[in-house]
Amino acid sequence: MAVTRFCIRSYPQDLKVFPSPAARISLVWLLLFLLGLPFFSGKYITFVAAVCGVSVISALGLNILTGYTGLISLGHAAFMGIGAYTAAALANKAGFPFLAALPLAGLLAAATGAVVGIPTLRLRGLYLVVTTLAFEFIVEHIIYHWESMTQSDRGISLPTPDLFGYTLDTYESFYYVVLVLAVATALFTKNLAMSRTGRALVAIRDRDIAAEIIGVHLAKYKILAFVVSSFIAGIAGALYAYLLGLISPDHFTFNQSVLYIAMIIVGGMGTVMGSIIGAVFMVLLPEVINAISSPIASAYPILSPRIGAVSVIVYGLVIILFLLFEPNGLYGIWIRIKRYWKPWPFTY
Amino acid sequence: MVLLDIQDISISFGGITALGDVTLSVDRGTLCAIIGPNGAGKTSLLNCISGFYKPDSGTIVFEGQDISKYRPDQIAQRGVARTFQNVELFANMNVIDNMLLGRHHHFQIGFLKNAILGYRAKAETIHRQRVEEIIDFLEMEQWRKHLVGSLPYGVQKRVELGRALAQEPKILLLDEPMTGMNQEETEDIARFILDIHEELGTTIVMIEHDMNVVMDISERICVLDFGKKIAEGTPLEIQKDPEVQKAYLGENYESVLEGARRS
Repeated sequence: MAVTRFCIRSYPQDLKVFPSPAARISLVWLLLFLLGLPFFSGKYITFVAAVCGVSVISALGLNILTGYTGLISLGHAAFMGIGAYTAAALANKAGFPFLAALPLAGLLAAATGAVVGIPTLRLRGLYLVVTTLAFEFIVEHIIYHWESMTQSDRGISLPTPDLFGYTLDTYESFYYVVLVLAVATALFTKNLAMSRTGRALVAIRDRDIAAEIIGVHLAKYKILAFVVSSFIAGIAGALYAYLLGLISPDHFTFNQSVLYIAMIIVGGMGTVMGSIIGAVFMVLLPEVINAISSPIASAYPILSPRIGAVSVIVYGLVIILFLLFEPNGLYGIWIRIKRYWKPWPFTY
Repeated sequence: MVLLDIQDISISFGGITALGDVTLSVDRGTLCAIIGPNGAGKTSLLNCISGFYKPDSGTIVFEGQDISKYRPDQIAQRGVARTFQNVELFANMNVIDNMLLGRHHHFQIGFLKNAILGYRAKAETIHRQRVEEIIDFLEMEQWRKHLVGSLPYGVQKRVELGRALAQEPKILLLDEPMTGMNQEETEDIARFILDIHEELGTTIVMIEHDMNVVMDISERICVLDFGKKIAEGTPLEIQKDPEVQKAYLGENYESVLEGARRS
């Protein structure tokens, strides 16, 4: 009896996001931990956790485009920037409330995504990468030079967000907003990936000729991937802007785009779990390097100017090592560990 | 009753005529084979029907509609399914997902509804059942959840056939379904093709080089050579056709036949 409870016995059960009770139980524990986090950690850790949440949302968006559909984009930070500056401009200049500015930021980013997506109907591979790269630089340039709107490198500040009458003036309160949206985005992406739409996207990535021959409208789905991905990026950008309270062009540079690519490579391309692990890993990595290096710097003051450079090197090294030894990312390692323990204590 | 009516289609690539004024009509419910030497234009003809190539001239009428200007996915939605000479599957997906993709245009569910929990499972269950029926039909139960890329070639060909069947096509185009197979696998596939034809009543157009199979199972045969149709008829008529013998055996085919008879 105990065994059959863990077996999948019907199609609807096989199609669930979390088919096994074990997965559901561990998910509940994880959520409880995340809900309690602000209570047993300091202000700074809560802030870092909120940054993790924003990165998770953004990485999920990029994974839909690059991981699932196979359209490599180096312009993800630009979409985030469009979202962030839309929210900032709406809130700062027109007095829009948080709940109105957030979806509008997503929608404007999505509209831009649809336009950027059009060349993908003709371009693929490296040519598409260069196109998105150009887009990234165009957006950077506009943000920097449209001074009347963005205030260039002086940065633009955002008012404290309000939600249903509550003022979200602490990192703790905003952390919960980010958490709810991150969970919602993860569920949305997982559902999308397991549905007809998600399969069509993966089909385009793996073999677009075959996808077309079985009735997948390539143009429609490529544009759709761009729209959904940039919508999520726009939302993430707006959240980031509200979280920081002050944004400047430095937050949405080409380096940031590379960072998001790194997140999904390190985490695992084309998996929801991979986006989450990868984003958290890449946000925490500099924090950990910092925590290790600051005692060293204080003990040997002569090294302190060079410590900063180390974190950049470690970043690059991590990406190279993952590409070489674990192309499936951290998620791939996790799957292998799970598979190893499945038949335990037997060897096969 | 005519299901597919191809009238005088021509297509050329950089001065080389792949197809020159080919006319072919396929009746509903027939099993028709297209044969011919290498480079005769057989695959080009299939590519024209499924929309990969747009013919330079001529019409392709399917169920009373000219489909020669349509995109491949529009043609697929009208009920044309095909398999490829070199397997075109999604290697990183399992067998079930590959076949569910074949049912892509049978889903009436939009993308936003898909992402709402619960709604997806309900819609997918129906299609999952259909896919499982086809898996039973093609005897692929044991490979259900295997990644397609890890399966042997013969099985991959069967999965591709299954994916085409999942589309519930009105006409099935098979491009060399038996290449690279041993005797046993060839017989399996031949049996499946006959089952599809007889039990499901699907119209089939098949390119094949294995003459034993072609002569055994097809009802009509069309012979192409250098982009031209040189003969059409029943297997018996084709075997006796002097043009066909010339295409396969060369100008001096009579002496070749004579030699074969003597030895």
